[in-house]
Amino acid sequence: MGVNPATDPKKTTHLFFGPQHPGVTGNMSIEMWFDGDQVTKAITHVGYLHRGFEKLMEKRLWIQNFPLVCRICVPEPDINEECYALAIEELAGIEVPERAKWIRTLVLEMGRLAMNLMAFGGQAGTVGLGTGAMWGITFRDFVLDLFEELTGARVYHIYIQPGGVRRDLPRGFRKRVHLVLNKIEKRLPEFDRLILNNAVFKLRTKGIGVVKPEWIEEYGLVGPVARGSGSVRDVRKDAPYEIYDKLDFDVVTETGSDIYTRAIVRRRDIDLSISLIRQILGGIPAGPVATKLPNLTEWRVPAGEYYSRVESSRGEYGYYVVSDGSLKPRRVHVRGPSYVHAVPLLERMLIGANIADVSNIMVSLTTCPPEIER
Amino acid sequence: MKFTDVISPFLAWSRAAKKADTIPYPTQQNPGADRYRGFHINDTSKCIGCGRCETICENKAIDMVKVEGIEPTKGDSGLRPVVDYGRCCWCGLCIDVCSTGSLAFTNEYRWVTEKPDTCRYTPGVDKKAWDNEEKGYRQENDVLGWAGSPREEMTIEVPEERIKTFDEVVKGYTVQQAMDEASRCIQCGLCISACPAHMHIPDYLKAIAEGRFVDAVKLFYDNNPLPEMCGKVCTRQCETVCAMGYQGESIAIRWLKRFACEQFESLADVLALDAQPGEPNGKKVAVVGAGPSGLSAAYYLSRKGYEVHVFDRYEKGGGVAWYAIPEYRLPAEGISKQMEVFEQAGVIMNYGKEINAAMLKKLESEFDAVYLAVGLQKPSSARIEGEDLPGVKPAFDFLVSSPEKGEGLKGKTVIVIGGGNVAMDTARTCVRLGAEVILSYRRRVEDMPADDEEIHEAMEEAIDFRVKTIPIRIEKTKNGIRYLYHEAKMIPNPKGGRPSPKPKDDVEHAIDADILFSAIGQTSDIEFIPESMQKEMELKWGRIIVDDKQYTGYKNFFAGGDITPGEGDAITAIADGLRAVQGIIDRLE
Repeated sequence: MGVNPATDPKKTTHLFFGPQHPGVTGNMSIEMWFDGDQVTKAITHVGYLHRGFEKLMEKRLWIQNFPLVCRICVPEPDINEECYALAIEELAGIEVPERAKWIRTLVLEMGRLAMNLMAFGGQAGTVGLGTGAMWGITFRDFVLDLFEELTGARVYHIYIQPGGVRRDLPRGFRKRVHLVLNKIEKRLPEFDRLILNNAVFKLRTKGIGVVKPEWIEEYGLVGPVARGSGSVRDVRKDAPYEIYDKLDFDVVTETGSDIYTRAIVRRRDIDLSISLIRQILGGIPAGPVATKLPNLTEWRVPAGEYYSRVESSRGEYGYYVVSDGSLKPRRVHVRGPSYVHAVPLLERMLIGANIADVSNIMVSLTTCPPEIER
Repeated sequence: MKFTDVISPFLAWSRAAKKADTIPYPTQQNPGADRYRGFHINDTSKCIGCGRCETICENKAIDMVKVEGIEPTKGDSGLRPVVDYGRCCWCGLCIDVCSTGSLAFTNEYRWVTEKPDTCRYTPGVDKKAWDNEEKGYRQENDVLGWAGSPREEMTIEVPEERIKTFDEVVKGYTVQQAMDEASRCIQCGLCISACPAHMHIPDYLKAIAEGRFVDAVKLFYDNNPLPEMCGKVCTRQCETVCAMGYQGESIAIRWLKRFACEQFESLADVLALDAQPGEPNGKKVAVVGAGPSGLSAAYYLSRKGYEVHVFDRYEKGGGVAWYAIPEYRLPAEGISKQMEVFEQAGVIMNYGKEINAAMLKKLESEFDAVYLAVGLQKPSSARIEGEDLPGVKPAFDFLVSSPEKGEGLKGKTVIVIGGGNVAMDTARTCVRLGAEVILSYRRRVEDMPADDEEIHEAMEEAIDFRVKTIPIRIEKTKNGIRYLYHEAKMIPNPKGGRPSPKPKDDVEHAIDADILFSAIGQTSDIEFIPESMQKEMELKWGRIIVDDKQYTGYKNFFAGGDITPGEGDAITAIADGLRAVQGIIDRLE
């Protein structure tokens, strides 16, 4: 039996990257073998989150899972609430009032905006440009202020519920959203000068971390990762939910395929979210924001199964929910885009990469470990 | 590479001269948003300790504990939520489902303490810095409707149709309606303490919600042998304390009990082995009166192995429920269905036997214990002139006489005096018999002791309510009688309670009528108890005073129901019977 040259202890260095490392997104690690500073093999490891979301959900009442599902993606929790609520609504035949649909779309876009601001800045952080990361976090905080006002919490909003949302918009909220959007928009050219028009950033990201267009089908890539390589997939357009069919927008797509292109896609997604939020704010109709639900502690969602999907900032995000007609879900399966992005795709992309680019590549996929280890 | 790409990142330094976006803590501190989900507060005077916050909390961060100074009362468990901030995730489900809306979040989120133990505290009881904070996440039940919901609507016959017959007014729930209504129950159990018989209400509501109707009936019979009757005419004290009633409508516990019983043609068959006589223990108990109290004592004693003989002056059992409540409220077939269960349980019925002093003496010697549950037999007097005129009759006697079988009252004018259920029953029965009915009551409508539904339905049936009218006298006229009254003004009662009516002026108002029914209550008739016995018992206003196990103090004599002071309703009478069973067992063993 010959020695695998990729892991030959005489020729390679064996290192763990993460789980405690600022360059890793979330709680996961990558076990790597290096020949010099080139990666010869990479294996991803998850299991550091030890929460077991899907199993926990089978032990809780339908409504009690809302404070849990949002934790599957910390920076963008609303997609989880939305998917889970959509599935319950479909199974239980609950109608969502029109106003609630608009508010939900607003929340989803605000979440996407916050996530993309952080991810865009974070990409700069991985090449040593800490200012970009800080600015990204700061801009996101402006959006979190709005979330705090609307939902009562900055991160775990627990706002979208079956049948609508938990609270109506506070008085004067639309105006304050406009103010925040204007403020962010005014600062974005500065952001661009710092990151996109930066010689170092360009050197570290152009031609690196290439996602070949044929991999899109092979791996089932979605979101900015696929759209940076020429894909035009977007659930908001392909299978519109809530009120996306009433909004005017084009799917952002680029063909450069490298990290720099994905940063551009994310940057254009920020512009798109701002435009969509403005469109939503101009169209929210009057009316109730929630449909009355049965007694929550005795609520038996009718038996059935449903796969609900939405577009997250990282691509198609889905929940497969099975009910056996009892007080608790029989099975909930979460399909997050990070599963393919952070495991098979990352393992493949890292082969031949420079040790300094590992974090760079990983962050460009915006992976979210709880989606893998749910 | 472009030269500008080298220069442009350095433009970020221009930020150094501008105001920072970050907040310089602690010199500047941001309060939480108006709706921020910060620390808990609880208005303990509003909180009823239903424990719904504890049930909904997915992190088990809330425990309901006994708080010193807050005693359990009817409708308040005396427990209050303790929040553990080692577990809480501030999701706010507890706030949104709080049945009274007492629990809330403040927008305070900063708390530094050296004592970790204080992070588990009772909001509203343990004093905290944010107790008076006015902002924060508050319940908006009008938006969500999680804290209280409307009741499943009961089908009730329209007034124009129902006054034509003696058919039941309430049509009952469909299976789906009943299951939906029962599933509104939050299982807090506050109703159990309010029900005099302490029925297993949350359990049987759950059984109904899950479609287990046989189980529900068996649960009824655990401490109420007349569930169908209670399902129709109970005063439902349980519903008055229902946690769902605070921000919605209380659960229709009474209608659900009725629904479950109506699902079966024979309750005896449903109960089968659960309603058989117990292993005979050789002891005999006599029960005087086959009303709710007597029957409940008889049923449970028989189930314990006692030989029970029930004596009643009427030809059928059921007491007031049977012979005085009109058909449109409580049809006769429901009563006979329930009476079968007593026979199956081995209770020996002796109908048509009025007990007098001599017979009671005989019972005393022949039986190990005697339970007196004779109710109130004698109509009260209005103490006004003309009460003995031929057109003036006691309403109670009229109801007992099965008026629906007699000749109608078409074209006649009837006056009913009183504001209780007997007055309503009489007035509504007369309407069905074709009479024009005027109801005279001394106080206001809201002071009437009758059930709200009865009053409401009576009003719908075009009964002329003359409230605030004080009777003066009744005069004889050529064709009938003339009822004279003063209009009253209400003098508030300084001690609280109902106001007292006083004549507004000296003007005498008159109504001419054919018949006047007096329905101002009944009093006891204890002439059947020999004086020697009466001396040994404690009596107050003709009623027998008993201890907490219905013991009269005389030999092995027990008493319950309306002959003892109490609420005067069927469920209280049933509860008396249950207590008497325990008293008799204790005394005889």
